[in-house]
Amino acid sequence: MLCIFCPHCGEYREEEEFSARGQAHIKRPEDPEACSDEEWGNYMFFRKNPKGLHHELWVHSAGCGKFFNMTRDTVSYEIKETYKIGEQPSVVAAEK
Amino acid sequence: MTQPNRVQDAGRINRSRPLTFTFNGRTFQGYEGDTVASALLANGIDIVGRSFKYARPRGIVAAGAEEPNAVLQLGASEAAQIPNVRATQQELYNGLECASTNGWPTVEFDVMAYLGKIGGGMMPPGFYNKTFMSPQSLWPTYEKYIRKAAGLGRASKQKDPDTYDHLNQHCDVLVVGGGAAGLAAALAAGEAGARVILADEQAEFGGALLHSNDWINEKPASNWVAETVARLRTMDNVQLLPYSTVNGYHDHNFLTIHQRQTDHLGETAPQGLTRQRLHRVRAGWVVLATGAHERPLVYANNDVPGCMIASAVSTYIRRYGVVPGNRLVVATTNDYAYQTAIDWANTGRQVVAVVDSRPDPDGELVAAAEKAGIRVIKGSVVYDVQGSKRVKSVSVARLSTTELSLAGSETTLDCDTVATSGGWSPVVHLSCHTGSRPVWDDDVIGFVPGPANQKQLLAGGIQGHYSIAECLAEGFSAGAQAATNAGFDKPTDLTVPKVHEPSVGKAMPLFYVPHKQPMTRAPKQFVDYQNDVTAASIDVATREGFEAIEHVKRYTALGFGTDQGKLGNINGMAITAQAVNKTIPETGTTVFRPNYTPVTFGAIAGRNARELFVPERYTAMHQWHVDNGAKFEDVGEWKRPWYYPKAGESMQDSLNREVLAVRNGVGMLDASTLGKIDIQGKDAREFLGRIYTNAWAKLAVGKCRYGLMCGEDGMVFDDGVTSCLGENHFLMTTTTGGAAHVLEWLELYHQTEWPELEVFFTSVTDHWATMTIGGPDSRKLLAELCDDIDLDKDAFKFMDWRQGTVAGVPARVFRISFTGELSYEINVQANFGMHVWKKLMEHGAKYGITPYGTETMHILRAEKGFIIVGQDTDSTLHPYDLGMGWAVAQQKPFSFVGKRGMSREDPTKANRKQLVGLLTKDPQKVLPEGAQAVADPKQAIPMTMLGHVTSSYYSATLGRSIAMGTIRGGLDRMGETVYYPMLDGSVVEAEICSPVFYDPKGDRQNV
Repeated sequence: MLCIFCPHCGEYREEEEFSARGQAHIKRPEDPEACSDEEWGNYMFFRKNPKGLHHELWVHSAGCGKFFNMTRDTVSYEIKETYKIGEQPSVVAAEK
Repeated sequence: MTQPNRVQDAGRINRSRPLTFTFNGRTFQGYEGDTVASALLANGIDIVGRSFKYARPRGIVAAGAEEPNAVLQLGASEAAQIPNVRATQQELYNGLECASTNGWPTVEFDVMAYLGKIGGGMMPPGFYNKTFMSPQSLWPTYEKYIRKAAGLGRASKQKDPDTYDHLNQHCDVLVVGGGAAGLAAALAAGEAGARVILADEQAEFGGALLHSNDWINEKPASNWVAETVARLRTMDNVQLLPYSTVNGYHDHNFLTIHQRQTDHLGETAPQGLTRQRLHRVRAGWVVLATGAHERPLVYANNDVPGCMIASAVSTYIRRYGVVPGNRLVVATTNDYAYQTAIDWANTGRQVVAVVDSRPDPDGELVAAAEKAGIRVIKGSVVYDVQGSKRVKSVSVARLSTTELSLAGSETTLDCDTVATSGGWSPVVHLSCHTGSRPVWDDDVIGFVPGPANQKQLLAGGIQGHYSIAECLAEGFSAGAQAATNAGFDKPTDLTVPKVHEPSVGKAMPLFYVPHKQPMTRAPKQFVDYQNDVTAASIDVATREGFEAIEHVKRYTALGFGTDQGKLGNINGMAITAQAVNKTIPETGTTVFRPNYTPVTFGAIAGRNARELFVPERYTAMHQWHVDNGAKFEDVGEWKRPWYYPKAGESMQDSLNREVLAVRNGVGMLDASTLGKIDIQGKDAREFLGRIYTNAWAKLAVGKCRYGLMCGEDGMVFDDGVTSCLGENHFLMTTTTGGAAHVLEWLELYHQTEWPELEVFFTSVTDHWATMTIGGPDSRKLLAELCDDIDLDKDAFKFMDWRQGTVAGVPARVFRISFTGELSYEINVQANFGMHVWKKLMEHGAKYGITPYGTETMHILRAEKGFIIVGQDTDSTLHPYDLGMGWAVAQQKPFSFVGKRGMSREDPTKANRKQLVGLLTKDPQKVLPEGAQAVADPKQAIPMTMLGHVTSSYYSATLGRSIAMGTIRGGLDRMGETVYYPMLDGSVVEAEICSPVFYDPKGDRQNV
């Protein structure tokens, strides 16, 4: 069970209070009507599945109810950082 | 009653407290402080069970968690039955009843053993794999036979009378294991000021020191244990947990501890006590001081009762005062087992010989044994055992110094006990739970923990360091380090005590003892006792191509038992390595997973059982429903009235009565469970327009509107009515089950996509009690209890809402309808709910007011063709598929959620499944929900399916059955006939029609 720092509450809380909501930083296209089917399909369905660092969207569902981002190592489960929506990660995976 | 194997004046048992227990129906006596295993051995019980596959008699092998054979069924009463209890870890209590879990008719005489002898050849390694593969149809038959024969214990058929709980806690330093290293670590961390938890699986702290012959600070080791435990007890910052196994080491230093609080007191917990507790601990730092398990040697017939591991024999003698035999042969690869020979000799019983595989052992214990007159046969091995229900003699031969084979000089030694030691395997399990792979250490001749993945330190035997001096020094150092790391470094006056213990000579790596016969021809050489895995079966597995250790494990079942191969795995890996010509580190280990030892379901569930298993939500009027005989339906966590049967009514009778009451008079539904979300802010209206498919820009204050919510894929996921309470204030209703999801959905879009919108969402589901009165008389009824709202049909129209007073309390009244009748949803503060409900019942009596439940609500709405999201939809249907294109405002300026998704290629193609009405040809035939439609019922199987029935009822209003369902291209197929083949071979014929079966113009709700 992960121990997660909620950037809104400013405390470490147990994973049971949180829910993972998939990959972070997936922005809804500004003009959906201008998207091709392929572009819209990529937005809706295609997600990374990295071995290593991953930026994830979480919500403090049984806590403050706020969404936030987490950079987590999918192998060691180490959480590198959590940060608020709209902020950029300071730890990122090396480009391959 | 005599205990033939009990030694006078030895051990830590309390001879003034004799305890009576039964094993397989026979009564025996033991003492307070005994385990079931030590008591059985004291009474000379050789056979505790029959083996899994070959039904061979098996005796007690070990003295701790690694015991593979003495796995018993515990419990005198049915309610207290517990399977898979390790006799070596179950403390004796008065009146304990236990039994072998297999062996028929008895463990002494087992029919299966004869089958095993004849049939052993029919159960080769990979037996299960091979059986599973073909023919598949026979598996249920095989399974029944295998389970009956294997007899792995059984759960109670009655309710567990005991309670269990969970304790969540934090500590700075968690020390796992209370032996020399663990005690020292706890003391050092505690003295430094850290909050410490020390957990040990045994009744007493001290581990091997409890039966050690060695001296600490010029006193017996057990004195140091007593002093240290006493000192720890005085420290407020140290929590001592005996009977507590740390079973899992999870992410971020989260560990689970299974504490057996009363299992040693009786088969059920004393009044007022919790039987077991699962500690869920978040530790700052962890010190693993889990020690090591002794490895047995693998030799022919090494499972005959009387074959034990050497340290276990010493433990029984010195800790429990039990010497488990009369004539001992020790077979060893190292010095430690010499202590067993010395301990045995000290009881006055005969040590026949120590057989040492090393040609020239030179440790102090070797010298001590020889000095005590014990015969030592060097450079030799015990390679075979004679006897079936007890060891009678052993075969000894010289071991070749150049290769793994025997080199002649065979002798036979008469004995009844063989104590073997193949060295020690560090208990690396917990370290491995963190994902760290163990690494082979040639000096240790065992796997030690790999690099730490978490905030973890090691001390003592887990590192392959077995001398007491090393364990103490490492314990003090690791404890102090853990405390410092956690931020505690109060200076202490601790010094590592002086230890007197013999120096130990070099051990020899030996896992498999060769036989005169090749491995596959030799008598069975067991590696994993619990699963009857032999050296030969591992060899066969590798020859059949299963060379990776994880494959060998699954093919042979090595390490699959409740003991998880604690005793046999390392030997199995060594034999695999040898078979595939690799080194042990190249072969590696299988993955160690939690839990270390089995955990009861009770401890896992804790208090989340019975009425607390799933929380139940009740509305403010719940007690009225109970008092008036409602049958309930679970909707999400809610208990909703399903229908209200009257005496003598069938369910359908009740539904017919309730439906007709609403159509002809007035009925009342408790609708409080519908999700309610209060939405405020200057951008609330804009937000609604983005998240709903229809338009909200012009909805006036006092008006309500039905809305559909879709995912980005364009598929419907919730619906409900949202009312405009003020220019910047709305009340959204959601489905009962979807309320939490919808709230999070709104928050998701607000927080992550449109944070610039000023809007706030608050769940108010529980704040309001909602009662829906519906039917032609509902206005008259409401008028009797409400005098401040103009109820005139033109003043308070359909899809309006008004603030007023109902039955003397403030109310919001919504004129909306899910039944198609004139209908009002009255919302009052939840605390007033019961009052208003009763007033409505009281005043409604003259109109024959009829309370109705969810089932009647479903029928009434189906008569009108209103969908229930999740029943008539399944996230593959968009609004157009539902015939609800009228609820989609394509012209809205903002591309609302779902719009782009709906216009993709697949959602716009022809012949999609669409929701339609269905009328069976036989009006009395009610289609089963889920039935599949086909165009031609005579076509060959598999038929082409066109869709399925989503809702189906008998409608008392219409006097016939009605149904809704999906049909490919259904909206363009009105009037066509489809067929529903039934399980019994019959076919139901139905006509596709509009799903609005009743009052298609909506006249009844607009009166």
